[in-house]
Amino acid sequence: MADVQLVNLTIEGRQVSVPAGTSILEAAKAAGVLIPHYCYHPSLSIAGNCRMCQVEVEKLPKLAPACATAVAEGQVVHVYSERALEARKGVLEFLLLNHPLDCPICDQSGECELQDYTYREGRAEGRSQEPKRFNPVEDFGGDVLYVTNRCILCTRCVRFMDEVAKDTVLNVSERGDRAVIGKFEGKDLTHPWASNVVDLCPVGALLSKDFLNKARAWELDRTPSICPNCTQGCNTILETRDNVVVRMRPRTNSEVNRYFLCDEGRLDYRWMNRTDRVEAPLVRRGDRLVAVDWEEALKAAALHLNGKRAFVLASPKLSNESLWMLSRLVEKTGGRGAFRVAHGPEAPLPGVPDLALRAERAPNVRAAELFGFTKSDTPLSALGSDDVLVIADHELAPADAEAVQRAASVIVIGTTLPEAARHALVVLPATNVAEEEGTFTNLRGRVQRYLQARSAPGMARPVWWSTGDLLAFLGERAGYFLASEAFAALAAARPEYAGMSYDTLGLKGQLLAGAAAPAEAARS
Amino acid sequence: MGYPHTSHPKETPVLSQYFGDPGARSLDGWKQRGGYRALEKALGMSPADIVNEVKESGLRGRGGAGFPTGVKWSFMKPGDGKPHYLCVNADESEPGTFKDREIMRWTPHALIEGAAIGAYAIGAETCYIYIRGEFTEPLRVMNAAVKEAYAAGVIGPNAMGTGKRIDVHVHKGAGAYICGEETALMNSLEGKRGNPRIKPPFPAVAGLFGKPTTINNVETLAAVPHILNRGAAWYKGMSRGNPKSTGTKLFSVCGNVAKPGNYEVEMGFPFKEFLYELCGGPLPGRRFKAIIPGGSSVPIQTVEEAEATVMDYEGFIAQGTMLGSGGVIVFDDSQCMVKHIARLARFYAHESCAQCTQCREGTAWTTRILERIERGHGTMADLDTLLELADQMTGKTICVLSDSCAAPIVSGIKKFRSEFEAHITGKRCPMGATAAA
Repeated sequence: MADVQLVNLTIEGRQVSVPAGTSILEAAKAAGVLIPHYCYHPSLSIAGNCRMCQVEVEKLPKLAPACATAVAEGQVVHVYSERALEARKGVLEFLLLNHPLDCPICDQSGECELQDYTYREGRAEGRSQEPKRFNPVEDFGGDVLYVTNRCILCTRCVRFMDEVAKDTVLNVSERGDRAVIGKFEGKDLTHPWASNVVDLCPVGALLSKDFLNKARAWELDRTPSICPNCTQGCNTILETRDNVVVRMRPRTNSEVNRYFLCDEGRLDYRWMNRTDRVEAPLVRRGDRLVAVDWEEALKAAALHLNGKRAFVLASPKLSNESLWMLSRLVEKTGGRGAFRVAHGPEAPLPGVPDLALRAERAPNVRAAELFGFTKSDTPLSALGSDDVLVIADHELAPADAEAVQRAASVIVIGTTLPEAARHALVVLPATNVAEEEGTFTNLRGRVQRYLQARSAPGMARPVWWSTGDLLAFLGERAGYFLASEAFAALAAARPEYAGMSYDTLGLKGQLLAGAAAPAEAARS
Repeated sequence: MGYPHTSHPKETPVLSQYFGDPGARSLDGWKQRGGYRALEKALGMSPADIVNEVKESGLRGRGGAGFPTGVKWSFMKPGDGKPHYLCVNADESEPGTFKDREIMRWTPHALIEGAAIGAYAIGAETCYIYIRGEFTEPLRVMNAAVKEAYAAGVIGPNAMGTGKRIDVHVHKGAGAYICGEETALMNSLEGKRGNPRIKPPFPAVAGLFGKPTTINNVETLAAVPHILNRGAAWYKGMSRGNPKSTGTKLFSVCGNVAKPGNYEVEMGFPFKEFLYELCGGPLPGRRFKAIIPGGSSVPIQTVEEAEATVMDYEGFIAQGTMLGSGGVIVFDDSQCMVKHIARLARFYAHESCAQCTQCREGTAWTTRILERIERGHGTMADLDTLLELADQMTGKTICVLSDSCAAPIVSGIKKFRSEFEAHITGKRCPMGATAAA
């Protein structure tokens, strides 16, 4: 890094040194002080229009907008001085003039910045006796509804579409207090990343149709996760209500997805709540599959595998831990592994380098290939007539069905039992991404953790767990009880993952040995 | 000068000398009246010498802020390798102001000449004249004059045969008050919504198309040829004692006054003499009550304050208001101040660009309160609320539109509180039918 000139200043009595050119607002964040703001967002240009971030700077005659004022050596900033508080109280009163107090029926309630700052710094009662402005709700296309009356005109959505999505759809129409966010003629919020405006909206003006009236913000449990929809590996928060995933939102990671998540990814969570699940280990008794305990099922599977080669059809949606354990099963039996990955159109977010909805629609293609699974559109073409086919939560296409029928013996480790694999000898129930802890390796080689968001149905276990136990029955040392232990074993065995552990990964992830940082990859 | 266009003997017609003279509109006519000699002279001088001459003359911006023009020009660093631009602010949207309109209608070449000199002085090859959308006649006259000047080689790739390039483009606005704010004007010129920009960066650093830009008012630029022709000392001499305010100033007078119109006087002229002699005083049987001396954005004066004022930048400030754009709006004793202040607030509420919260919501809220008081439904608490809102709307926004809305409200309530109270206690407008005018 080039020499960065540091500027020293005092914010609320705290000394802080930040690079020259930093705004007071960002410097205050570094000092642990959150200056209230609406229009400012670190990924967007400075608009300076909400005037909420006004602070008092000694020796300046006027209050300074913290987002648009650069730090200066020796500056003394007062965020909570009487003048600054009075000015922000004024802004809040103005913002609430036309904002309906319909918090009880507003989806944003509980995670609304207008609500938060009004409770913190606003007046207890408004003084306005005038009627409020009224405008009807408008459908902005895509997943977005615009509740005009709640809008505070911060223009984050307009700037996101212009500067980040680079698809000019939104504008500020009209002037004065008649102003509203408008759509350009013939345009809709159909950009593949457009729904980010819902997250960016600090109030309940832009709402997700998908999440409309589904839950109150305070009823949700939030779990850090990774979007399983493509190889990008966007960091997410899975939000559950009563053990049901109801929303997936982006989690900030400046190395991967910054603050964003594509529409396809964020809406692709319903399958996590599927109820047609395999809930207990099953073994074949005649023409019936019978529920048994884990030990009996694993013993049966080990018997079928004994002396045979395993052909493992492993889903690229499985975790590093699971794929690695399956690769050990392939190795132990001298078999083979293969997978197919679904494809879709690629959709980059132009304003962020190296961020796109990737064509390969699975989160862990990189690890699957790394652990020796062959990527193929017809993964079963190499299936030997004497092989034991192990289907590890892999989707079966119509073309696969015939090959599966042909296989002498089939073992399914999966969340569901595919129709084409009804003749399986053993079925081991598996957890999905929301029900287990694990890691994925994204296309740039970033290894990232996801945590368990809901409880597993019945007796389902992560694939690494059941596969590890199966290996134990086959005489391997492979008994792991925690995902972190499985990952530690993986890190010890695979040089690309050397030195990593759940502790070192944290929630931002780490690059595989030798993988280039995405910023560098984008530059080259 | 009222209408017809004859100057009062106490006026000092410099810019307004040829108002009402159709012969001055054409290039030939303008040359016969001494036009384009200053441009010829300027193109033979170094830009720095021109800037110094203008600095020396004491010329200050006539658009409202009164910033010294020479100093503004000196911010444009020569040889920085970037294109420079000159913008001429002919948006003249300040209510009560109509001086630039007359300059462009009658003496379009005075503006072209001044703009060409200004462009040369700041190292710009391109000059944009941004004309208010409602100004159809000035637009037509300016377009014709620019065409004529190009055809004669006065401006263009080889201005006056000197090999220097000075292009002048006339751009018609769409009729928004805010586009008279310099950075909003630049956004509008760039084809964007006319929203004021955050400063810094100032236009001299990053203005039009992100390049160093100077923006001057029509009247300011029109004065420049006279300064070059007759010298800084002559210009400086037109001042009645205050060396900080020099030259002549056009005042547009409207409202309840015997002879409305444009009047050009020396800086420091007594306002009382101006109102009663030049403008002919109040209408028969009436008395002056209140004056807004510098366009609708400045604080209102009582007639006593106005009579004690000398007409220059400092003189108006000494009497609690500002010279502003020189749009003098006169109210006599038949007028309801509450109604007029409410009308002004309504104007600002209509014209707010909707960026800053205080302005977008504040202008509309104050308008509603004022109109409610006018209708007789106000309370005494409303007056305190209005003053508090005005304070919230002052000095806290990107541009000064909300300050401009607040200024007449604060001065109006302070100076004419009894009228507000009469509306509140009497539950109707005490002026009755006469206020309906």
